[in-house]
Amino acid sequence: MVESKNIFEIKNFSIWYGNFQAVKDINLSIKSNRITAIIGPSGCGKSTLLRALNRMNDLIISSRATGQMLFHDVDIYDKDTDVIELRRRVGMVFQKPNPFPSSVYENVAYGPKLRGIKKKSILDGIVEQALIKADLWKEVKDKLNDSGLSLSGGQMQRLCIARSLAQEPEVILFDEPTSALDPISTAHIENLLQELQKTVTIVIVTHNMQQAARISHYTAFMYIGELIEFGDTNTIFVNPVNKLTEEYITGRFG
Amino acid sequence: MYNIDTTKESFKKVHKKKRNIRQGFFLSLIRILGFSGAITLFVILLFVFYNGFQVLSWEFITQPPLEAMTRGGIFPVIMGTILLTSLCMLIVIPIGVVTAIFLAEYSKPGYMLKSVMMSIYTLAGVPSVVFGLFGLGVFVVMLNFGMSLLAGSITLAIMILPYIISTSEEALKAVPYSFREASLACGATKWQTIRKVVLPTAMPGILTGAILGTAKVSGETAPIMFTAAAFFTPGIPRSLFEPVMALPYHIYVLATAGTHIEETRPIQYGTAIVLITLVLGMNLLGIIIRLKQRKKRAW
Repeated sequence: MVESKNIFEIKNFSIWYGNFQAVKDINLSIKSNRITAIIGPSGCGKSTLLRALNRMNDLIISSRATGQMLFHDVDIYDKDTDVIELRRRVGMVFQKPNPFPSSVYENVAYGPKLRGIKKKSILDGIVEQALIKADLWKEVKDKLNDSGLSLSGGQMQRLCIARSLAQEPEVILFDEPTSALDPISTAHIENLLQELQKTVTIVIVTHNMQQAARISHYTAFMYIGELIEFGDTNTIFVNPVNKLTEEYITGRFG
Repeated sequence: MYNIDTTKESFKKVHKKKRNIRQGFFLSLIRILGFSGAITLFVILLFVFYNGFQVLSWEFITQPPLEAMTRGGIFPVIMGTILLTSLCMLIVIPIGVVTAIFLAEYSKPGYMLKSVMMSIYTLAGVPSVVFGLFGLGVFVVMLNFGMSLLAGSITLAIMILPYIISTSEEALKAVPYSFREASLACGATKWQTIRKVVLPTAMPGILTGAILGTAKVSGETAPIMFTAAAFFTPGIPRSLFEPVMALPYHIYVLATAGTHIEETRPIQYGTAIVLITLVLGMNLLGIIIRLKQRKKRAW
């Protein structure tokens, strides 16, 4: 594997909801153009950490962050950070497919339109490219005007991936993207992620350890807000250093 | 050890009959009361139609009243009500929707929000005649609008404002949080998210509230009595500062204040038929939009 630089550097980073510390003093680097998986039992703070990467946690009124979260060496929790531009560069796909109640085309064109792209010919191109990259073009090219909500679950999730790709992000955060899908759609999306990883950095939170083992290059194991172990996916799954990691991976708790 | 057979027998003989009678009695009572709403509506409609159908004709809704309102139609009256309610809605919808957006999207829980909500609930509970008196004092007299279309519309708008706010707020709150999240994750600002995702999704709900609000407003008598309604005008008002005739007030006037109360009885009921049709029609439209939306909704 070619050496890859760190796109995110997380230093002594914590997140608090009121008095509750959901993420505890985490140090972690995320390499660009790789897939990093965050695993751990429910409530371990993995989604909270993921949502900190594009500041989606800001939406929760009582939340606050301490420590540093560097994106291209700039602290995104700095006062002057342009959160809107951050979220354009760091997109997100959610657990439950959430297309807007508008057409397939409008869903994908949403991000580009926000950035003031109005010309139909340019938008058409962006929409087509994003749908091709999300491996959905063949299925929807004749029904771009149908409602995004009329698609199947797996197609909806790929539509959400296309919507995110259309904003030309450097990173896409996936918050358990296949937990609401059937095994075939799941396999389809896993293949897609491995394809996408060539051009975008992927961080994925998953409940599914096999999924993390199958698709990721790096794995972080979290437990009750703490980062227990982080490293090469192979090392984590074959030779975990920490006893907790081993117990979780072998299914002794979860 | 107890004897199972005996227990069974005793239940059959002693309790079952008594229980069945009581149950049957309450069941029939509930059935009868359950239909009371439908029966009342039916009786009212029947009564009004029976007394008024004889005056119904094309001329009745297209001609002005003639001979001291004992003959002719009620065209200016219908137009007055339409003008009053349309203008009222033009005023109240923007204000109500913006307030609802503030409450549902921007306000933070706390003392401020609580007092605003309390004020809205209280405003909703103020009797309509008080709004009429307020309109008379402020718009008719103080601002010197006179008894006019404008004064009446604003008074009606104030009266219906809490209803529009609460229906719009409910419609906004019914938009799934995941839509907002998706939009923000695409790099949209909060305002872009509201304008491009939340408002369009909530629009059918807001519209339903507005239509039902229009239906409510068109039947109100007290607020326009002091502020807009005229006993008689020859035609449609030519400016915002002229008084208008209106359906509910027309019924009141013919039934209480004219010199031909008995003679105009059919016209009173005919006017009531027009008003009821207008209100029921709008309610029906509101219900249809709501049902259509519910069917379409896939989230």
